[in-house]
Amino acid sequence: MPKAEPVISLENVSKFFGPFQALKDVNLTVSAGERVVICGPSGSGKSTVIRCINRLEEHTSGTIIVDGTELSEDTQNIRAVRQDVGMVFQQFNLFPHLTVLENLTIGPIRVRKMDKGKAEALARKYLDRVHIPEQAGKYPSQLSGGQQQRVAIARSLCMEPRIMLFDEPTSALDPEMINEVLDVMVELAGSGMTMVVVTHEMGFARKVADKMVFMEGGQIIEVAPPEKFFTNPDSDRCRAFLDQILEH
Amino acid sequence: MLKGGKAGSRPRIAFGRWLSTRPASIVIYILVMWAIVEAALTGAAAMGYNWQWYRIPKYFYEIREGQIVAGPLIWGLGGTIALSVTAFVLATVIGFVIALLRLSDLVVGRAVARAFLEIVRNTPLLVLLYVFYYVFGPIFGLNRYTASVGCLAIFHAALISEIFRAGINAVPTGQWEAAKSIGMSTGQIYRYIIVPQSLRFMLPPMTGEVVNMIKSSAIVSVIAVAELTTIGRNIISDTYMSFEIWFTVAAVYMVVTLIVSGCATLLERRYAVKD
Repeated sequence: MPKAEPVISLENVSKFFGPFQALKDVNLTVSAGERVVICGPSGSGKSTVIRCINRLEEHTSGTIIVDGTELSEDTQNIRAVRQDVGMVFQQFNLFPHLTVLENLTIGPIRVRKMDKGKAEALARKYLDRVHIPEQAGKYPSQLSGGQQQRVAIARSLCMEPRIMLFDEPTSALDPEMINEVLDVMVELAGSGMTMVVVTHEMGFARKVADKMVFMEGGQIIEVAPPEKFFTNPDSDRCRAFLDQILEH
Repeated sequence: MLKGGKAGSRPRIAFGRWLSTRPASIVIYILVMWAIVEAALTGAAAMGYNWQWYRIPKYFYEIREGQIVAGPLIWGLGGTIALSVTAFVLATVIGFVIALLRLSDLVVGRAVARAFLEIVRNTPLLVLLYVFYYVFGPIFGLNRYTASVGCLAIFHAALISEIFRAGINAVPTGQWEAAKSIGMSTGQIYRYIIVPQSLRFMLPPMTGEVVNMIKSSAIVSVIAVAELTTIGRNIISDTYMSFEIWFTVAAVYMVVTLIVSGCATLLERRYAVKD
């Protein structure tokens, strides 16, 4: 397991949506190359944590440092951080008016100011990586859910990020498409990418996670390596949750 | 039983469908229009109105020395189109800025946009025109024409800003998040992601606004700006052919707005999104 300087660190992070406290004093560090899987019941704040990491949500208090930059009001900083942090969404959120290839190149061309030819070469490389090189000219609506999610992963990778965030990437997929997406994520993990994944796919978690995080009620209840997490977690709530989702 | 029920309900649907078929619609339309025209003609005859339709064509065109020369109604139509197009372009620009202010995070921006909208929407167009001509006119040195353009642009900018706002809001928030997550700036997100997707939501109501603009431009005849309605009024005061001229002017407006709607339908088909 790689032990390097933390690339993500959250210190006493709290987040309020109006009067509702979504995160309560969350502390978490992620080292370079580390794969962290966050699980927990719905409404436990796990999505909010990763959405705070690239500031799709603003945290109310505490400190978040990503890649050496503290997240604050400074929009230039945030844009710089976002270029280094890829995000994959539950609903894919591909751009429906652009082809697959354009979905992949728009970031490199507009944000990284790469020229078109280079960007397309890059895009084709990552389409290969997610095993759908033949879909480049299609529109997202012509693809299956699993293919769309793989395009979304490739779109993030085209920004050549140092960190990838996954927000329940397989929750909106039909069961037969889940594995094609998980396979791509396993391969990505194998390439040494730093990953923070919110998922209920415990098989995937066991396979790739260096660190398991269990959240409930906006708090981190348990952080443990997967061997310990799945066999002998410290907290009863975590055990109860695992019993529930591993039963079937 | 099931079959019987189906057969029983069938004639009603068939009649409804038949009513909506193209030939039936055309026949019914002609009948209704004929009834209206007939009623008008009978009424006019009863009051002893002397129809002089034969005098109308020369207000469209005249042949002088073998050349076709545009008549006053055509010049008036040109005035209406120039006025509407100028005002519409301005209204679109102002409307877009207002919509962006309204959607921005700036408290002041939102307040300004909101105030603009409420003031303009709750003022009658005629009053707004008087304000522009009699109040802003002397203050800012606006002539009839610039006051008219300004008034129409401001009035329609309020409506257009709402169309923009609705169109922009119709794009799912996930699109914003995805675009932000690859590091795009707000300007880039609008330009490359949001606006292209909201165009298809905005095209139908924007067409309606073009049509409204053409029609509401008639109001500037009260300050005697040279356009179709003003010209019509002038011709009537020379000739007393009020029935013929107003019918003609109304028909010209209708032809223009129908052409606009037709073009918009073509555009909509062209930009229909594959989803």
